[in-house]
Amino acid sequence: MQGYAYVGAMGVLIVVLYAYITHLYTKKKNADGLDYEKYSDMALNDDISDVPVAPVADKSDGKKK
Amino acid sequence: MENRPLEYDYTVAKWFMFAAIALGIVGMTIGVFIAFELAFPSLNLVFGQGLAEYTNFSRLRPLHTDAVAFGFTVSGIFATWYYVGQRVLKVSMAESKFLMFIGKLQFVLYILTVVAIVVSLFMGYTTSKEYAEFEWPVDIAIVVIWVLWGVSIFGLIGIRREKSLYISVWYYIATFLGVAMLYLFNNMEIPTYFASGGHGDWFHSVSAYAGTNDATVQWWYGHNAVAFVFTVPIIAMIYYFLPKESGQAIYSYKLSLLSFWGLMFVYLWCGGHHLLFSTVPDWIQTMGSVFSIVLILPSWGSAINMLLTLKGEWQQVASSPLIKFLLLASTFYMFSTLEGPVQAVKSVNAIAHFTDWIPGHVHDGTLGWVGFMIIASALHMTPRIFKREIYSKGLMTAQFWIQTLGIVFYFTSMWIAGITQGMMWRSHDEYGNLAYSFMDTVNVLHPYYTLRGIGGFLFLTGLFMWAYNIIKSASARPVEESELQSASPMGA
Ligand code: HEM
Ligand code: HEM
Repeated sequence: MQGYAYVGAMGVLIVVLYAYITHLYTKKKNADGLDYEKYSDMALNDDISDVPVAPVADKSDGKKK
Repeated sequence: MENRPLEYDYTVAKWFMFAAIALGIVGMTIGVFIAFELAFPSLNLVFGQGLAEYTNFSRLRPLHTDAVAFGFTVSGIFATWYYVGQRVLKVSMAESKFLMFIGKLQFVLYILTVVAIVVSLFMGYTTSKEYAEFEWPVDIAIVVIWVLWGVSIFGLIGIRREKSLYISVWYYIATFLGVAMLYLFNNMEIPTYFASGGHGDWFHSVSAYAGTNDATVQWWYGHNAVAFVFTVPIIAMIYYFLPKESGQAIYSYKLSLLSFWGLMFVYLWCGGHHLLFSTVPDWIQTMGSVFSIVLILPSWGSAINMLLTLKGEWQQVASSPLIKFLLLASTFYMFSTLEGPVQAVKSVNAIAHFTDWIPGHVHDGTLGWVGFMIIASALHMTPRIFKREIYSKGLMTAQFWIQTLGIVFYFTSMWIAGITQGMMWRSHDEYGNLAYSFMDTVNVLHPYYTLRGIGGFLFLTGLFMWAYNIIKSASARPVEESELQSASPMGA
């Protein structure tokens, strides 16, 4: 009984893992069409006056640029 | 306050940074002292019989572990959160009076609680659960502080300009949620005074769990304290400070997402590896071992991601002491996350458990990874918080080499000591009589204990250099005109 549960759990986890990897690499983008790798810019351009990578809608007007 | 352009407000970050410095010095001074106590037991009585109660190893050890873990490390976590959080969310604490107040309140309560902890542990009040020694009134204060931190995290997220949450923010959130859950469950305790209708001290309590259950919960907590205090928030730091200081984008942001979920999933199942060969059910032990091995993958995923971030920029390692700290931190992270799984294998653990190899493992993680990351983060933040150059680059480089040497002394001596100890304990003659007495092992280990003490002393020396450098930077050098971009400017 434990054996079946174990094999089953393994299978599920492997599928979830690979599904997530494929998801990340095929889509390459989030729901708004933004490449994940662009997110790194959140750290690199993090002055308060820098343009956000993806602005929260109602706050963007407050920006300088 | 006329028309000043909006700036990040680092007040709370600065306070916590100084708290980290102070508590680091206190905690590690005690660490060096207890290390020498193990080598030279007469030190237990150094201030005479009368004070021996307060200076003996067993009284001071929890003060060391709690001061470095919940003092030095947790202040470092708070300090970097109040710095990184604002920046990657692109919102200033100055924009919200409420969040500013919460941050300051959190700091004040934190310091008061630290005082309560130091006093109560010195007096010998403890629940005797490792890393959860505090009695129930202190536990309640800790919960309040933690909730305030949560308000602060989610409050800042609530008013953010950046829609997506940077990977570091994920890790800070995970720290918050993880510790909250672990701490609450492990500290379920019954105040004896109230439960028994007025017997004993009012602050005393007993754990709600008994026997093996207590042990299982305790090490589920204990291991995940390692996960959510010594790993997750430190990864949050490196994902911000390494790219920022080197000016390089994270090598693969996707890999960082993958490692995040991997780490979250795997860590929680590993507690059993602290209880191998105990009365805990066999399947829990095996599960602990197996998941520990799997844990290499997400751990190395983050670490390799950091090393690859420096791809093509290796000259920075030679030229910048700050990059040296960051690089070595991720290297020590890889090191201890390889050593840990090895120790979690049952046959290895049979030798390693109860020996000095375990403190050896602990300290290449805590000194090399946690210590270096907090040191590097503070050195990166200093010029920006105070708008001044770092006082001395030469001092930083010297600190780096002294501390690295200290760590090497620490773990090499503990490896030799631990494995020698493990082998001596189990060796026997053909009739099954033990070959060595306990005293034999103590005599053999003496030189290694001394070496460990020296290593610790070197690390502590570096810590003082760090404190001096930051205080000098804060007070001595000319003010920079504007906030700085990636690399930290450094005086010669
Ligand atoms: C100057 C540096 C340090 C020295 C000399 C030092 C020394 C020691 C000693 C002698 C012990 C007791 C070992 C035993 O019971 O056999 C210990 C335990 C411990 N220390 Fe340190 N320490 C230092 C820094 C740190 C730092 C920075 C951290 C964490 C951030 C840390 C975390 C711990 C922990 C978690 C334990 C308990 C380990 C266990 O139960 O196996 N130490 N330390
Ligand atoms: C893949 C990651 C890791 C695994 C699988 C792992 C595994 C282990 C094992 C098997 C033990 C010994 C239990 C015993 O026999 O008593 C241990 C102890 C410990 N490890 Fe790790 N380790 C890992 C990473 C780390 C890191 C990165 C740190 C700190 C920065 C750390 C801190 C500790 C501490 C503090 C203890 C001592 C607990 C105690 O007995 O008080 N570990 N770890």
